[in-house]
Amino acid sequence: MVYNSNYILDMKNIKFLFLGIFFAIVLSKTQAISWYRFYEMFKFQSFHMYGIIGGAVLISMIFMQLFKKGIIKDNNGNKIVPKQKKKGFIHTVLGGTLFGLGWGISGACAAPIFVILGFKLMPALILLVGAILGAFFYGLLSKKLPN
Amino acid sequence: MDFILQPWNWYVGGPLISISLLLYFYFGKNFGASTNFETLCTMAGAGKVSDYFKKDWKDRDFALLFVIGLIIGGFISSIYLIPNQSIDLNPKTVQELTELGFSNIGSQYFPEEIFGEEVLFSLKGFLILLISGILVGFGTRYAGGCTSGHAITGLSSLQFPSLLAVFGFFIGGIIATWFIIPIIF
Repeated sequence: MVYNSNYILDMKNIKFLFLGIFFAIVLSKTQAISWYRFYEMFKFQSFHMYGIIGGAVLISMIFMQLFKKGIIKDNNGNKIVPKQKKKGFIHTVLGGTLFGLGWGISGACAAPIFVILGFKLMPALILLVGAILGAFFYGLLSKKLPN
Repeated sequence: MDFILQPWNWYVGGPLISISLLLYFYFGKNFGASTNFETLCTMAGAGKVSDYFKKDWKDRDFALLFVIGLIIGGFISSIYLIPNQSIDLNPKTVQELTELGFSNIGSQYFPEEIFGEEVLFSLKGFLILLISGILVGFGTRYAGGCTSGHAITGLSSLQFPSLLAVFGFFIGGIIATWFIIPIIF
């Protein structure tokens, strides 16, 4: 019997499971999932989250340059090219603002919602159901919204 | 052992997040988290309602594994790695939140006023979480990314749309914390 490549889980992707565990531990240990840390950030009362996000952006910039120059390639030897984000003023600023409202109130952005399931299961489930509904509403409206 | 159980400083967080991004790209995929909300819609059958969700979610099995990892990592952290969740907050933050009626400020990662068991069974508490979630899910897909996809991947690869999106994140976050939280609490 031969397992074909359409099998639900491609086992070579199991590395993403471990990367997810690692990323969750990093966010948890640095308090980057805490409601208080984001409250402080948006009120400009602490450097903590600016240090984390700023540091991540600066070091990632170096990696991006190494990707661009082809010094770091992916594990198949291909050049790494980050996807280009869709251009446009309204969808980025307005979408970003709506996202920021939800983030500011709940203290949870996308990845942390999944991590918080491990800390506060029921509240995080409500957040997750909300986020899935939100993505669903976006899908329904996507063609009608200004770009 | 001490390092593992103590909170990690901000200057440890930035580099480790970058390493996560590096590995994600090294494994051949674009770093981000919020597309998963759409994938979960597709898995729940949203393709029957809108063509937008008619996609093959199996193409995103790597991202779903990442998400399962995030959940497992959250449980591992909360059970084994963080014996003390107290956070060293700015006294000003503590004073402000006290005035808003919050208690035990900074003794846990998540305030009981939003994440507490009894809050969940009140209509107000439930709606705060649900509506926040809807805003996060809708906003991030409209903007085309979240903190991972726009703020970290997009800014570090010098993409202008990401700068606009992050500007939006802060407008929203500032409105939420300066104006909306004082109204709802």
